[in-house]
Amino acid sequence: MAKTPAQRNSHALKRRETVVAYLFMLPALFFFVAFVILPMITGVVTSLFNYTMKNPVAAENFIGLKNYIDLFQDKTFLRAMLNTLILVVVTVPAVTLFSLWVSSAIYQMREGVRSFFRCVFYLPVVTGTVAVVVVWKWMFDGYSGILNYVLSSLGLIGKNVMWLGDTRFAIWCIILIMFTTYVGQPIVLYVAALGNVDQSLVEAAQVDGATDLQVFWKIKWPQVMPTTLYIVVITTINTFQCFSLIQLLTSGGPEGTTNTVMYYLYTNAFQLYKYGYANSMGVVLAIIIAILSAIQFKVMSKDVSY
Amino acid sequence: MKKKKITPYKVISLIILCVVAFTFVFPFYWIITGAFKSQSVAIALPPQWFPTEPTMANFEKLFKNPAWQWMLNTVLMALGSMLLVCGTAALCGYALAKKRFYGQSIVFGLIICAMALPKQVVLVPLVRMMASLRLRWLYLLLGVIAAAVIAVIVVTAIKNSYNWLTAEARRDWKVKDYLFHLLAVAVAVVAVVYLVKLPGLLSGTPEKTPMTDTLWAVILPTVGWPFGVFLMKQFSETIPNEILEAARIDGAGEVNTFITVVCPIIKPGFGALAIFTFINTWNDYFLQLIMLQSRANLTISLGIATLQAEFATNYGLMMAGAALGAVPIVAIFLIFQKFFTQGITMGAVKG
Repeated sequence: MAKTPAQRNSHALKRRETVVAYLFMLPALFFFVAFVILPMITGVVTSLFNYTMKNPVAAENFIGLKNYIDLFQDKTFLRAMLNTLILVVVTVPAVTLFSLWVSSAIYQMREGVRSFFRCVFYLPVVTGTVAVVVVWKWMFDGYSGILNYVLSSLGLIGKNVMWLGDTRFAIWCIILIMFTTYVGQPIVLYVAALGNVDQSLVEAAQVDGATDLQVFWKIKWPQVMPTTLYIVVITTINTFQCFSLIQLLTSGGPEGTTNTVMYYLYTNAFQLYKYGYANSMGVVLAIIIAILSAIQFKVMSKDVSY
Repeated sequence: MKKKKITPYKVISLIILCVVAFTFVFPFYWIITGAFKSQSVAIALPPQWFPTEPTMANFEKLFKNPAWQWMLNTVLMALGSMLLVCGTAALCGYALAKKRFYGQSIVFGLIICAMALPKQVVLVPLVRMMASLRLRWLYLLLGVIAAAVIAVIVVTAIKNSYNWLTAEARRDWKVKDYLFHLLAVAVAVVAVVYLVKLPGLLSGTPEKTPMTDTLWAVILPTVGWPFGVFLMKQFSETIPNEILEAARIDGAGEVNTFITVVCPIIKPGFGALAIFTFINTWNDYFLQLIMLQSRANLTISLGIATLQAEFATNYGLMMAGAALGAVPIVAIFLIFQKFFTQGITMGAVKG
């Protein structure tokens, strides 16, 4: 079909814009391709090789899917995966519900009070993992830690507990610290989302005699659903990536009870120099996260559209 | 507006809120006070809630290790990432939001997918890549960037002085416009000199030195991470098309439009992204850990972690280190928290 002059013109315009747009994007795309896309591809490819410090990526070291098969027979990896899943199952709902509760408690307060609380809950995020871990390590210390002192003066524990050295408690210590460093961002997001809730709906419901709880579940909850979805997804991703806490606090111990996939990946890559094996772990981790994110999107976006 | 009634539920929730808030602030308080406790005081029971005999010994010991160097490294690293991220992300985000071009959905889709994947999965290949790259490649890269920046500025300046020749434009040009261009050129020159002189860069021969163990190994992947592009796209969406159209009709070129029209409008975006990148880079322990090795090139987080391995139970010293790393960044956060909050809210991918 013959094109009208206007159409031809618009194509020419778009072609011109394409050149300009790519020039504008060139610097960012360069860094993006070089330091994100390229490593991703090499990561996937090298996971098919017996790639270690001594063995380069070469045809004779090609082993197909053997790294992946080994991975699912590796007891340490499976344990690390279980631990990671425990962290996710506990942390994600806890962080989401807690931040929703805090936000709904503070979002109607005066601006000053609200930003005070927001800062307080954001403080551990800004302080930085290393500083947070160092101070918690001291507080958890079995001999000179403040936690044992407080609990025993309250009469809650009889003798000192080695919080980080005890297989029963170590992972809960990790979860506690993780919790304090993860709730900051969700609270900021929820406060903003609740502030955007349509007030006329809320007032109409109140006039009709709805209780606060009803207003919350019937009006506010559906409206903050997209935010909830986002928070659940990012908290899941962050929890799967949990590494610094483990490395600084417990090194995966005691008896592998706090070993996570990310920490195991790190030990394989940078202490045992099994790069190919570590990369296969990374690929599995990425696939799991992608699947989980997709499921969360499916399940929760069903709730949004009614 | 009707007065809010005070219900028992509200009182109880406020009390719980304060208790929880206390447990969030307490570790920070414990870092600051702990930094001034001597070792014997730090492990004493019952604990000293406030140091009665504050001592500077921890800090003295800390600075015998190259803690100043670590601080300097951290600041340079965070600043370098911040500048590069802001520059590249603003250009790219603007193009993504306001230009209609072929391949748009592919580029944007790629960026969103990368953001949804865990960043740390690419780190192992990244370290291998950095270890195989030699510093001369970096020189080449920086040279190209510098040349491009200078070329754009020179071309714009020439174009502008050509405009200046027409009488009409001359009326519109003020002293501050000349100063602005002078300033832009000066900033470009300083930036190039500064980038090339970053610590860790000039040590060793560029042909043989691998890029790991330089601050660049931390900066470059940070710049590659596309969150900034996404954030700047969100901010650029708010630019009214009429303004861009008006600028085009007035005969402003693409670069001119970007600098004089787009940048002022997305200024809050720059603020948010700058502070966000600065804080996140400062605290990105994992990336620093796997890239940096030699003691002189560490960052403050990494330095504290190293000290922790050496003096495991010298808690006073640990707290001094933690305070040194945390206090500046917390101060920056408190000063710029408005931007920061905005950045978090705008950066959320919704639906």
